[in-house]
Amino acid sequence: MREITYAEAIREALREEMKRDDKVYICGEDVGRFGGCFGVTKGLWEEFGDDRVRDTPISETAIIGSAVGAAATGMRPVAEIMFCDFMGVAMDEITNQAAKMRYMFGGKVKLPMVIRTPVGGGLSAAAQHSQSLEAWFTHLPGLKVVMPSTPYDAKGLLKASIRDDNPVVFLEHKMLYGFKGPVPEEEYIIPLGVADIKREGKDLTIIATSLMVHKALDAASILEKDGFSVEVVDPRTLYPLDEEKILASVRKTHRAVVVHEAVERNGFGGEIVSIIMEKAFEYLDAPVKRVCGKNVPIPFSPPLERFVIPQVEDIIKAAKSIL
Amino acid sequence: MYISMLRIRRFEEKVVELFAQGKIPGFVHSYIGEEAVAVGACSALEPTDYITSTHRGHGHLIAKGGDLKYMMAELYGKKTGYCKGKGGSMHIADVDLGILGANGIVGAGLPIATGAALSSYLQKNGRVALCFFSDGASNRGTFHESLNMASIWKLPVIFLCENNMYGISMPQRKGMAIDDVADRASAYGMPGIVIDGNDVIAVYEAVKEAVNKARSGGGPTLIEAKTARWRGHFEGDPQTYRTQDEIEEWKKKCPIRRFQERLIKAGILSEAKIRDIEEMIAREVEEAVRFAENSPYPEPEEALEDVYA
Repeated sequence: MREITYAEAIREALREEMKRDDKVYICGEDVGRFGGCFGVTKGLWEEFGDDRVRDTPISETAIIGSAVGAAATGMRPVAEIMFCDFMGVAMDEITNQAAKMRYMFGGKVKLPMVIRTPVGGGLSAAAQHSQSLEAWFTHLPGLKVVMPSTPYDAKGLLKASIRDDNPVVFLEHKMLYGFKGPVPEEEYIIPLGVADIKREGKDLTIIATSLMVHKALDAASILEKDGFSVEVVDPRTLYPLDEEKILASVRKTHRAVVVHEAVERNGFGGEIVSIIMEKAFEYLDAPVKRVCGKNVPIPFSPPLERFVIPQVEDIIKAAKSIL
Repeated sequence: MYISMLRIRRFEEKVVELFAQGKIPGFVHSYIGEEAVAVGACSALEPTDYITSTHRGHGHLIAKGGDLKYMMAELYGKKTGYCKGKGGSMHIADVDLGILGANGIVGAGLPIATGAALSSYLQKNGRVALCFFSDGASNRGTFHESLNMASIWKLPVIFLCENNMYGISMPQRKGMAIDDVADRASAYGMPGIVIDGNDVIAVYEAVKEAVNKARSGGGPTLIEAKTARWRGHFEGDPQTYRTQDEIEEWKKKCPIRRFQERLIKAGILSEAKIRDIEEMIAREVEEAVRFAENSPYPEPEEALEDVYA
């Protein structure tokens, strides 16, 4: 199978959905001729023009707010917020408008819109351009939250997100944009709410999201040399969450480590741990461990940043402590 | 227009009464005194056009064709209400009538109306979006971002500021350094027009012109209608921030009485006709109350529905 990058996979999903449905349009800062801050939308402006690849002024509130209004009246906007960190600028539009409108209107409106935004550290971009804020969005009933880890998943999940009739927050890891992986030429869709077993094993389950899936896979390879068989589960979508696949894996391996880049405190990992405790406690042979970002803003200096973001050795250490 | 204004007035008077009796939960923000803005504006729209509304939304909804029965049922929190009892006074919507919702967040309707206008532009369906907001909301970022975006993209949207001079207790002169919100239009390259918000014809004419301009691709207009609410920001507001004299002055400028006198003078309206209209509206309001009171509450489990499509 051909291999393309995560950024190319996202671009293909956008192009295919825009070709398939003329209600789909893109809007955001520098998404047009410039092709997006990370180059994801490159070439789409040339292909679809100003109307459907809309460069906006620096107005996060109006980008999301106008997407809400357009979605409520028959369009399917894909809004880009240049960095996840800027989502706070439009948080009323996300929290009180997009997430609530359908409910408050008694189910009488659909909001088919996607907000794409890059998350994560690793570029020495410091505290205002490196956060992983997925827990903000999973806390809001009314939103769906997607966090793909591979080009294959990114393409299939983005197509499903664009076709979904609900507001979807689609979180792309900026360190994955150049990551290559197999993506079939033919059309496929990955339904939201289906986790993926990225590696099978029987001694321990690592539940990891986004970039951390790859670190978990590296850790699993190293642990294998020590004789441990590790299963890696990628939820892919945080809401809807495929609890069953996570629980089935934990019931099989009896041990679990949860890994994410976002800070540990009140992070999404706590939710996964709670689900395991409530629904698979009797299967556990050891306490569930979390390996998460340290509870500080992301620092600038490379050794500092490396220290606060979970690394392969942190995962191995946590795994060995319960194996 | 006369009937529509009176319908708003009588509905609101009843709502105020029912709220005082404890029959309506939550908050109620009365629109009494501002009826000419909603009615003048919505009369200049087609049924398929969109509006976004505010906290003080009952008047806008009625003017856009909202059904009193479903509105009252929603205010009571009943299953038969516009939002099945999930929205209440501040969130009533009827997308089929182009009503994209009252809104509990001040200034939140501005980008939503901008988006609805963008949607009309992209779908080439000729619809316009009219955004009701207030002087207070014009200090929010949503106002500036939306006017800017609508203007650069020449979107078919009308920003209609109902300047009732107070953001709860904050008088306009303390909240902004200019007299007219409409002055802000020049910063976004669009016309800014000040009108008498208690003159329904003046509102209609200004909005009609803006609608024609928007529909023909001429882009957005900011219209500022000067008016006043007679009652507090919400029911129960003691209004320590303004004098009774000020309120009485505005009552003398009642938009309904003013239009009534004009219609009588023009021979369009008679005392007999006014009585008939009053009776008709009284029946409508009564029927709405009866409908709301006789309607069932939603089952508690229905709280779990309608989160996702």
